[in-house]
Amino acid sequence: MKTNSLLFCLYCGLFFNPHVFATGNYQEPSEFIQEVFSGDAPRVSKIWIKKDLKVKIREIMEHDLGVLRLKYWKKNDRTAWILKEIGKVRPITAGIVINHNKIERIKVLAFRESRGWEVRYPFFTDQFSDVALKENKQLDRHIDGISGATLSVRAMTKMARLALFLHQEIERMANGKPGQIEQR
Amino acid sequence: MQSLFVNSQRKNLFISISYVLILWGLIDIQASHAETPSAEEMWETIQQQQKLIEELKARLDDTDQRVAMNEVKVEEATEEVEAAAEAFETAQASTRGSSWADRTTVGGYGELHYNNLSDNNDTVDGDNSLDQVDFHRFVLYFGHEFTDNIRFFSELELEHALSGDGESGEVELEQAWIEMDINDNHRFRAGVDILPIGIINVTHEPNTFYGVERNKVETEIIPATWWEAGIGFNGEIAPGWNYDIVAHGGLLSPNGVDDPSKASSTLRPRSGRSKVSKAEDQDIAFTGRLRYTGMPGLEVGISGQYQSDMTGTADAFDVDATLFEGHIDYKHASGFGLRALYARWDIDAPTGITYTQNSIDGWYIEPAYRFKAPGFVPGEIGVFTRYAEWDAIGGSGNVPNGVPDGTYVQFESWNVGMNWWPHPNVAFKFDYQNESGDSRAKVIRDGFNLGLAYQF
Repeated sequence: MKTNSLLFCLYCGLFFNPHVFATGNYQEPSEFIQEVFSGDAPRVSKIWIKKDLKVKIREIMEHDLGVLRLKYWKKNDRTAWILKEIGKVRPITAGIVINHNKIERIKVLAFRESRGWEVRYPFFTDQFSDVALKENKQLDRHIDGISGATLSVRAMTKMARLALFLHQEIERMANGKPGQIEQR
Repeated sequence: MQSLFVNSQRKNLFISISYVLILWGLIDIQASHAETPSAEEMWETIQQQQKLIEELKARLDDTDQRVAMNEVKVEEATEEVEAAAEAFETAQASTRGSSWADRTTVGGYGELHYNNLSDNNDTVDGDNSLDQVDFHRFVLYFGHEFTDNIRFFSELELEHALSGDGESGEVELEQAWIEMDINDNHRFRAGVDILPIGIINVTHEPNTFYGVERNKVETEIIPATWWEAGIGFNGEIAPGWNYDIVAHGGLLSPNGVDDPSKASSTLRPRSGRSKVSKAEDQDIAFTGRLRYTGMPGLEVGISGQYQSDMTGTADAFDVDATLFEGHIDYKHASGFGLRALYARWDIDAPTGITYTQNSIDGWYIEPAYRFKAPGFVPGEIGVFTRYAEWDAIGGSGNVPNGVPDGTYVQFESWNVGMNWWPHPNVAFKFDYQNESGDSRAKVIRDGFNLGLAYQF
């Protein structure tokens, strides 16, 4: 009887402790943006996915995004992005901050897959710090995978590459090629 | 941009007016040199100039009005485009993931093999050399999400390309389960599922491992691929720590007594897999796994299983057995990788069953190195070597050297080879194998294998 009670307590502890009862939405995108810019977030900007950009995005993501434009927040040399990509079945939402063409921070804001959730932990996301994009649109550093989470890792890597690429596009357009950026 | 445009227009108009007035003045000055106008003429001139100024002012006001209207129109058009884009994106977001098609997924994998292997122990059970091409596995996955919290997944496999009476292949349903989320970290699963033991049994897509054929330790000892009907839980208990607990149907291994034709496979785990095909008289078994993936590139796992009666409940024997398995799978950023696995069965064979040992085990270690393909070759290349030892049924009642039924003999092998991944989901494989083993073994094969593997 005593053993049963102990097991019951263990069961309850396992299923209802604050960590394991964490929701799949770990942070609202708006909160992430405010946090990134220390409560003084710039106005949202949008980059239209025109024909040329669409082709380049497809090279990175291996599919079209299915949106007309992407939102971002820019202040000085930093841009922040909220991106989504499907891991195996469901989309993963990530917040990514680029500073001087390098990843300053990447965070999983929502994870909806039934496996591969390890990608949300710092032991994985810390690998992206200071990673930049090479000319071939690949990351300049290898990202170690997670066994059983290959597709989630791949989705995170793609989003990191996309954010770095779009940041470069924003910088490039700001320095001479107008027309695709819309300030709101 | 718009204000710049307006200012430019106004500036042009102002310059035009000024130009007209100056010209008019010059004409008047020239005229004055000719003849001084009278007061009436001056008054008329002033009246004409005033009229002209009023006309130009009226035109300027009209232009201002037009510009203002254009500004409003541009603003309205911008708002309309914005509204249309928002509506489109909202509509897309609301429909995405909600349709039947969006909630249904299809995937699969396949592997084509060429084996060129010679039997170097052909004095036992004849020559079992291989020189064959075989589409070993063609697999399709189907999944469906009923709701955000309830999902279905299945794996349907065709082995050896052709199934039917007298054919060497078969169609197998390896997975067909329903999973329900208890909360975001724990799930309940019921149905036909692969058992959470080892590396290959769970993740057996051929582009994920080295070697054309699956390694013998996992196929013979665990034995992969092994699936059963059952119910269980899986999830995460702490960052990087995952668990699986499953209650499922037990093995139906031959006892070597009731059916002499199967005596050569007495208490062999691999021969006890029912594959959930009209499986009768199974006793219950339990499998648990604890896995740590809290460091990038690393997986460490241990599994345990208890079989209350591995010959099933229909016979007169109760044969309880336990399986322990432990493994490490590590891939370092430098490209270095290491896999190692140990698995062991402890079998409590009762009196009456001819069985030569109470435990069988096997292990392997597989270092590898993966790197970017040189020059114009796309993708990545990996090279590996594997050393393995395992116990397997080596004798048969029909074998003339008199090896008793239920005898296990030890094998060992070296494999070296390479994979080329032109895409992460596509692999071309090559390996050379050198096996050795107990002289009573029926088949000891050396040679090379070629493979084509894909996953989608």
